[in-house]
Amino acid sequence: MPPMIHCVGVAKRYATGFLALDGVDLSIEKGEIFALLGPNGAGKTTLIGVICGIVSMTAGKVLVAGHDVRRDYRAARQAIGLVPQEIALDIFATVLATVSFSRRLFGRPSDPAYVERLLKELSLWDKRHARVVELSGGMKRRVMIAKALSHQPDVLFLDEPTAGVDVNLRRDMWALVRRLRDEGVTVILTTHYIEEAEEMADRVGVIDKGRILLVEDKGALMRKLGKRRLTLRLHNPLAAPPEALAGWPIALEDGGLSLTYAFDAASEDTGVSTLLKRLAEAGVDFTDLETTKSSLEDIFVDLIGGAA
Amino acid sequence: MKGLNPGGVWAIYRAEMQRTVRTIFQSVAAPVLTTALYFVVFGGAIGSRIREVDGVAYGSFIVPGLMMLSILTQSISNASIGIYFPKFTGTIFEILSAPLSSTEAVIAYVGAAATKSMIIALIILATATLFVQVRIDHPLWMTAFLVLVSVAFSLFGFIIGIWAKNFEQLAMIPTLVVTPLTFLGGSFYSIKMLPPFWQTVSLFNPVVYLISGFRWSFYGQGDVSVVTSLGFTLTFIVVCFAALAWIFRVGWRLRP
Repeated sequence: MPPMIHCVGVAKRYATGFLALDGVDLSIEKGEIFALLGPNGAGKTTLIGVICGIVSMTAGKVLVAGHDVRRDYRAARQAIGLVPQEIALDIFATVLATVSFSRRLFGRPSDPAYVERLLKELSLWDKRHARVVELSGGMKRRVMIAKALSHQPDVLFLDEPTAGVDVNLRRDMWALVRRLRDEGVTVILTTHYIEEAEEMADRVGVIDKGRILLVEDKGALMRKLGKRRLTLRLHNPLAAPPEALAGWPIALEDGGLSLTYAFDAASEDTGVSTLLKRLAEAGVDFTDLETTKSSLEDIFVDLIGGAA
Repeated sequence: MKGLNPGGVWAIYRAEMQRTVRTIFQSVAAPVLTTALYFVVFGGAIGSRIREVDGVAYGSFIVPGLMMLSILTQSISNASIGIYFPKFTGTIFEILSAPLSSTEAVIAYVGAAATKSMIIALIILATATLFVQVRIDHPLWMTAFLVLVSVAFSLFGFIIGIWAKNFEQLAMIPTLVVTPLTFLGGSFYSIKMLPPFWQTVSLFNPVVYLISGFRWSFYGQGDVSVVTSLGFTLTFIVVCFAALAWIFRVGWRLRP
């Protein structure tokens, strides 16, 4: 089975001369939830635009479900549902009319039962006869999602799906994404909120300055790059780290009341027991201790920082 | 490239036609009212002092010109707004990412715009019969001109809609170029009524050929030969098609 999305050497130089994509190679399997992470201007939206047919590529090749997006664009686009970053709707149309329009635009025969289920799932059914202009921002975003799913695509692109979205919609959206995955739909989301990727994605790709920096299974990425931190609440504040721990990656915070130690959780000797022993020997007393895993966010900042 | 997407074409066509129904006053009532005013002013007040033009009562003489005036302005404004508005609001992304060829998109948008202006032209014709006597010598040719000119100027309007970067540019060509050319193209007079010098100048006005051919289909006579008129209309369609083919090939102002 071909990958759902297959990009080879995709480059995009805009008329202004700006190189938005600089040789992107990326393969996304059917049925996975893939998070594309990157700072603003990294090329996330351009890459989606190229795959969906909104932006013409300068070089390279993109296959969607095995169909070339240029030569065989009908079959390729048929497979795609796109929720762009900005809300763009015909504000005078009713919810039902605009969602049905999208389905017909993709050449699908009408299926009232499917559209009803979709609108109910997105809490839009009661508003189906309301004109878009009467809806709140969150409801409009739901309409955008309904339109993208109206033709039952095999792959759904969510470009910055939760930027400025309230808790309810966020929760509904993630429930929907999980349901879609269970049905075998591939979901690709771009975000710069790392928690989102951490919560939802199976795999994570990091893009910056038009280049893919890495693509990794989320768990593996966390294990590989994840650091743990040990934080000790001290009984008495310290002015400087104890001499016995000179050269250790430790830091004092809170006016010397807490001591943190970063270590690699994957290594055999984490150094934690040695640290505690030396602290005891130095007579440093502590009242509480806590260890935390570094989040994808820390990893991400490290990566982008390292690449800059 | 396999298969076609008639459902998609129909979806756009229908949505565009529904936009007309939504704005029924602006789309239909306004042109009818304007035309009625023309008949009162030109037909009633001024026309009573002009006896006949080429053996046709003045009020009847201006009917094809008035229809043509509406077809040109309506085709351009319908088609240009039809494509400019989605660009302006951002909904164009959906059309660009749909499994739809450029030709299919043009058929849908231009077809809807042309349909609207034909309907309006026919409503104007019906309104005219309330005021004056109208005779149509060549109904088939009348229909042919109606269709061809509507399509030609809807194509032209579509190009303007793609080209325009703001509302000012959108209104510029219709206001500064098309309306003057139409008024000077013999909507309200035969160019034979002009001094010889201005007759020659008028022959450089493309609208003269459209109005002349259309008037010929009504009353059997025009300012230029009907073959020239037809040839001109077809040439205009071909030029617009070629321009659009180029626009879509390079993605000009549509796909960055």
